[in-house]
Amino acid sequence: MKNILVYCEIEDGSIIDVSLELLSKGKKLASDLQCQLEAVVIGSNLGGIEKQAFPYGVETLYLADHSKLYPFTTLPHASIVCKLIQEQNHQVVLFGATSVGRDLAPRVASFLKCGLTADCTSLVIGDYTEKGKEYKNLLYQIRPAFGGNIIATIVNPEMHPQMATVREGVMKKEIFSNTHVGKIQTLDVQQYVKEEDFVIQIIERHIEKSKINIKGAQIIVAGGYGVGSKENFKLLFDLAEVLGGEVGGSRAAVDAGYIVHERQIGQTGITVRPKLYIACGISGAVQHRAGMDQSSMIISINTDSKAPINQIADYAIIGDIATIVPKMIKYYKQNSK
Amino acid sequence: MKALKIIVLAKQVPDTRNVGKDAMKADGTVNRAALPAIFNPEDLNALEQALSIKDRVPGTTITILTMGPGRAAEIIREGMYRGADNGFLITDRRFAGSDTLATSYAISQAVKKIGQFDLIIAGRQAIDGDTAQVGPQAAEKLGINQVTYAEEILDINDKKITIKRRLERGIEIVAAAYPLLITVHSSAAPCRARNAKLLMKFKHARTASETQNATEDYIQMQSQRPYLNIEEWSVEDINADINWLGLTGSPTKVKAIENVVLQAKESKVLNESDFDIESLMKELIVNHTIG
Repeated sequence: MKNILVYCEIEDGSIIDVSLELLSKGKKLASDLQCQLEAVVIGSNLGGIEKQAFPYGVETLYLADHSKLYPFTTLPHASIVCKLIQEQNHQVVLFGATSVGRDLAPRVASFLKCGLTADCTSLVIGDYTEKGKEYKNLLYQIRPAFGGNIIATIVNPEMHPQMATVREGVMKKEIFSNTHVGKIQTLDVQQYVKEEDFVIQIIERHIEKSKINIKGAQIIVAGGYGVGSKENFKLLFDLAEVLGGEVGGSRAAVDAGYIVHERQIGQTGITVRPKLYIACGISGAVQHRAGMDQSSMIISINTDSKAPINQIADYAIIGDIATIVPKMIKYYKQNSK
Repeated sequence: MKALKIIVLAKQVPDTRNVGKDAMKADGTVNRAALPAIFNPEDLNALEQALSIKDRVPGTTITILTMGPGRAAEIIREGMYRGADNGFLITDRRFAGSDTLATSYAISQAVKKIGQFDLIIAGRQAIDGDTAQVGPQAAEKLGINQVTYAEEILDINDKKITIKRRLERGIEIVAAAYPLLITVHSSAAPCRARNAKLLMKFKHARTASETQNATEDYIQMQSQRPYLNIEEWSVEDINADINWLGLTGSPTKVKAIENVVLQAKESKVLNESDFDIESLMKELIVNHTIG
């Protein structure tokens, strides 16, 4: 049977969120294609990691455990994934579109001479006809291109496996069953990696634990270039605090130094789906909209009535942030319980 | 230390970052033909890293390699105005329709033809395809190692190169041996501006196609100054198998393209007045959107 394989990325002993989201999606695709969901974890000290993977419905979990396999370097991980796919002949392979996934996946695709689509925003199963030949049950890999101005549906009819990378927050994380148990297959690392592949030396690594959880916030107050300065962002932090929400920013605000990269929302930042998104001084370029247009309610505050964001907003407040935000805080406090 | 041979992979792309009103058609879609063609931004970051190595390691040469239509020669000239030594344009109708696998095959064949190199430096991704795949795929085909998301070259010597990488929530410092392919992130230093002397020197640099209708004077000038010749290579020049190029050589096919149309919603327009803001806050509280 040709199954689905999800490459699960590890950080600090845990499978990261985007990999869990892909396991959830992989499980649904496996059901559509009537095949199984498999996963591969490559790292060090992986004892017990199956407890994180099995609840998502993984039937077979491949483990490659060796001290030199964490942190990630390209050649060893690529070698393991390539050999595994050659042995098991998966029909679909998914990776998170992270600095690891976007380094690893193209390397694997080049070696296997198969198709790879980056940063997919949607994956569905469908048919395809080309030159009179019909292909059934292919993976439609849907993604933005041209800076986000077009949406392309890509298919990979002949050269399998069909590979895709997906950004965090695009798919929903869903436990399949807390009691599900699959089987573990431990890979003999020496059979999969040559000693000379361990050639990159990692000298230093400073990864900060995420202090901010914007993805999960139900209320987000976001600022764009129109906020004007890092100091002016304080107003947004005040509003967020009062409403019990988080603060985000557009790429322009991050690039201008008004707010940290970790809070960037948009095509090259985080994708969010809050109950309420308040966009302050954000013009609403397509790259930003891609990260927030699924919010349940959108309020825009902008001095420009023609800003594109106003067209997707439920409420468009035309005016100055410095006037409006304090009033919002004042009237919220006065009227809430 | 010994001089290094660096190849910079660059691409000429439509400027998709600032799609202004002029490039938007009446139906809300982008008029791609109206977008100006530019040197891909992250490839400029890559060029700057190459130039900073050239500053530190005397004798280092930088070659720009690009695949595209004839007018892509423009970015080779642009690279030379900033300090690159020469460039190669691979251009052929049979490259059209290539996905990243076919493109990286063509690029790797061209690199093999260029010959010995120590480093290949490329931008992480192009602003039209946004895939970040060609760099790593070319490295795999050339059988060399890769370091992606590079932000700065910290140290360089005969044995290895030390690179700072910018990851999602932090940085990583790695050391790697040659030969190596590096992809550079936009967080790296911006590219230095054109140098006036280099601009004067290279402004007449042309590919063979561009000089087809040249004057006698120009042809004579070019024969006296060989550095004005930008090499132009076709499929045959790079010994490429056409079955691995174009649509035939591309595993991924585009099934459909949809323009992103700004879907206007019925929005309620408010102003700064106390009345409007207070009404809004009351409404949001009443429908339980906020606390």
